[in-house]
Amino acid sequence: MSGFWQALFFQAGYNATLVAVGAALLGFAAGAGGSFLFLRKRALVSDAVAHATLPGVGLAFIVMVSLGGDGRSLVGLLAGSALTAWVGLLALEWMVRRTRLSEDAAIGAILSVFFGVGVVLLTVIQGMSRGRQAGLEDFLLGSTAGMLRQDALLIAGGGALVVFTIWLLRRPMTLVSFDTAFAAARGVDVRRVDLAMMGIVLAVTVIGLKLVGLILIVALLIIPPVTARFWSDRAEHVVWIAGVLGALAGWIGAAISASAPSLPTGPIIVLVATGAFAVSLLFSPRRGVAAAVIARNAFQERVHRRQGLLAMARREPIHDRLTLKILRSEGLLRPDGVATEEGRAAAAKIARDERRWSVARRLHKDTALTGRYDGLTPIEDVFTADEIAWIDTHVVTKGAA
Amino acid sequence: MGAEFVQFSLTPILIGIFASIACALPGNFLILRRQALIGDAISHVVLPGIVVAFLVTGVVSTWPMLIGAAVAALVAVALIEAVRRLGRIEPGAAMGVVFTSLFAGGVLLLEQSDTSNVHLDVEHALMGNLEQLIWLRADGWGSLLDPVALADLPPELPRMAVAALIIAVLMLVFWRPLKLASFDEGFARALGLPVRLIGLGLVTAAAVAAVAAFDAVGSIIVIAMFICPPAAARMMTNHLGVQVAWSVVFAILSAVLGYVLAGYGPIWLGASNSVSAAGMIATVAGLILGLACLFGPARHRVGVAAGG
Repeated sequence: MSGFWQALFFQAGYNATLVAVGAALLGFAAGAGGSFLFLRKRALVSDAVAHATLPGVGLAFIVMVSLGGDGRSLVGLLAGSALTAWVGLLALEWMVRRTRLSEDAAIGAILSVFFGVGVVLLTVIQGMSRGRQAGLEDFLLGSTAGMLRQDALLIAGGGALVVFTIWLLRRPMTLVSFDTAFAAARGVDVRRVDLAMMGIVLAVTVIGLKLVGLILIVALLIIPPVTARFWSDRAEHVVWIAGVLGALAGWIGAAISASAPSLPTGPIIVLVATGAFAVSLLFSPRRGVAAAVIARNAFQERVHRRQGLLAMARREPIHDRLTLKILRSEGLLRPDGVATEEGRAAAAKIARDERRWSVARRLHKDTALTGRYDGLTPIEDVFTADEIAWIDTHVVTKGAA
Repeated sequence: MGAEFVQFSLTPILIGIFASIACALPGNFLILRRQALIGDAISHVVLPGIVVAFLVTGVVSTWPMLIGAAVAALVAVALIEAVRRLGRIEPGAAMGVVFTSLFAGGVLLLEQSDTSNVHLDVEHALMGNLEQLIWLRADGWGSLLDPVALADLPPELPRMAVAALIIAVLMLVFWRPLKLASFDEGFARALGLPVRLIGLGLVTAAAVAAVAAFDAVGSIIVIAMFICPPAAARMMTNHLGVQVAWSVVFAILSAVLGYVLAGYGPIWLGASNSVSAAGMIATVAGLILGLACLFGPARHRVGVAAGG
C-alpha cells in the first residue's frame, strides 16, 4: 500500500513519475477529446481509428529498417500509425457518404481489415532479421516498462497540444455535436469540424499507443465522457469534467500499477475509469440508478397515499398492503383499519381536492392549467385562491342541486 | 496439390471456410439491424471468458474455454443492455464502456495468474492458430476415406462444421421472422412476433459463431467475417436471399484466397516465411468489400443518384 501512496505523490522513482505524469495528461486529453465524439453519438469511431494504427506501426518499422535505422524510434512509429489511422478515417467517411452502409458496419469493416493488415505486417516483421526484438506487440496493450524521458515528453507535449486544440475549437465542436443542422445553417462547415474532431481523437490514440495500447485507448476516449454525462447537462461542463476524470484515472491507475508487479498500466487505468463510471451510474444525484429508485419509490408512495385517502373518504375498504402500511405509518389509520381523526381530516381534504379538480376540468377555459391534473398535484399548486373560490361556488351549487 | 496439400493446407482452409460462413450468416442480419458492432464487442470479451475459465478449471482445455467464452459473451450483452437502459446512454457508447472494461479485466487477470507454462495469451486470442491446425496423419486425398486418418482430424474442423451447420439450419427455419424483424420491427411487432426474443436469438447465434471460431481462427477473422462479406453482399443486390448467398460466396473466397496468399504468397515473392493467415483472410475480405464499394451494382442508398 505504501508503494501506491509513494507512486501517487511521485516518490516512486523517475520512471514511475514519468509514467504517472504522462498518463494523467493523456487521460485529460482523451476524456475531453472523447466528449465531443460521445455527444455526437459516434463514440465507436474511435475504435476504428485505434485499430487502424497497427498497419502504420508495422509499415513505419519496415521503412525505417530499410532506410538503415533500427526501426524502434517512437516518433517514427507514431508518425506511421497516424498516417494509416488517417487513411482509415477517410475510408470510413467515404464508405458512409458514398455507399449504403451504415456507420457501424463501416466502423467494423475498417477496424477488422486494418487490424488484419497490421497483423500480416507484424508477421512479416517477425520474419525479418532485425524484427525479432522489435517489440511491436507492445503497441497492442501498451507497455510502460523502460519508458524513456523523451517518450514521456512526447506524451506530455502531445497531450498538452491536444487540450489546447480542444479549447480553441470548443465552440464549433459543441455546436456541431448538439445540432448538426443548426450548425450548418449558422455557416459552420460541419464536415471540417467533424474532421477536426477526428483529428483530435487520432492524436489522442497515437499518443496513447505506448502507454495503454491500441485496444484499450478506446476506453479512455469513451468511459470518462459517459461518466461525466451523469454529472452535468451542460456540454462545456461535460468536456472538462471528462478531462479531469480521465486525468485522475490516468494518475491513480499509473500509481496503482507502479505499486506492485504484474499490474499492467493500461488495463489498470481503464479499470479505474470503469470504477468511476460504475459509481456514477449508481449514485449520480440526477441520472443515477439510486436516485431513480428513490424518485420512483417517492412517487409510488404519493400515489398510494392519495388513492388510500380517497378510498377512506368514500368509506371503501382498503386491501392493498402498501397503501395500508403508508397510511398506518403516517398515523392516518389505526392498526385495526379504522381511520384516525387526522386520517378523516386528510381524506376529506383530498376528496374536496378531487371534487374541485373535476369542476375545474369541466368549466375552466385554460387547458394548459387543467391539463396539469395528474391525480396527485393539489389544486392549490395550480390555481390561485380566488380561482379556487370561484370553483368552490360551482361545487356548492352542484351539491345543493 | 498432392499429399502435402492435404496434410498442411486442406484442414486449415476448411476450418477457415466454416468459420467464415458461420460468422457471415448472422452478420447479414446484424448489419441490417445496425448491430454490426455487437460482433466486435463479443470477440473482445472472449478473452476474459477464457481466462476466467482457465482460473476456475486450472487447465487449458477446449470445452471449459468455450463455455467460459460463451458465458462472457452473454454477460457482456446483458451488461450492455443494462448500462444502456439504466444510464440512458446511446448503444455505441454503452458497448464501448462494457467491452473495453471487460477486456481490461481479462488482461489484468491474465497477468495476475500464472499462465507462463500454458499457451494462453492475448495474441493467440486475437490471431488464432489457423496454420497449426494440420492433419498429420493424412498421406493424400485417399485419407479422406480412411477412418483411421479421419479420427486424427483436428477437432476444430468438425466443431466448426457443426457450428456452421447449426447456424445455417437455424437461419433457414427462422428465415421469415428474422427477415421481418430486421427490416421493419414495428410491423413485425404488430404481427405479434416476439421481436425481442428474435433479437436475443440472433445475438446468441452470433455469440455461438464467435466463440466457436475464435479458438481456431482468432478474433480478427470473427469481426471481419461478421461484417465484410455481408456488407459487400449488400452492395450486390436488394434481395435478402441473394445477399445471404453472395455473403457466403465472399466468405469462402476470403478464406481460401487469404489462406493461400498467406501461405504461398511470400514464397512467390521470394521471402522464406509465411505470414499470418488470419490477418490475410481479413485483408482479402477487406479488399472484396472495397471492390464491392466501388463497383457493386446496389452500392448507393435508395433514392441517391449515382455519384451523389
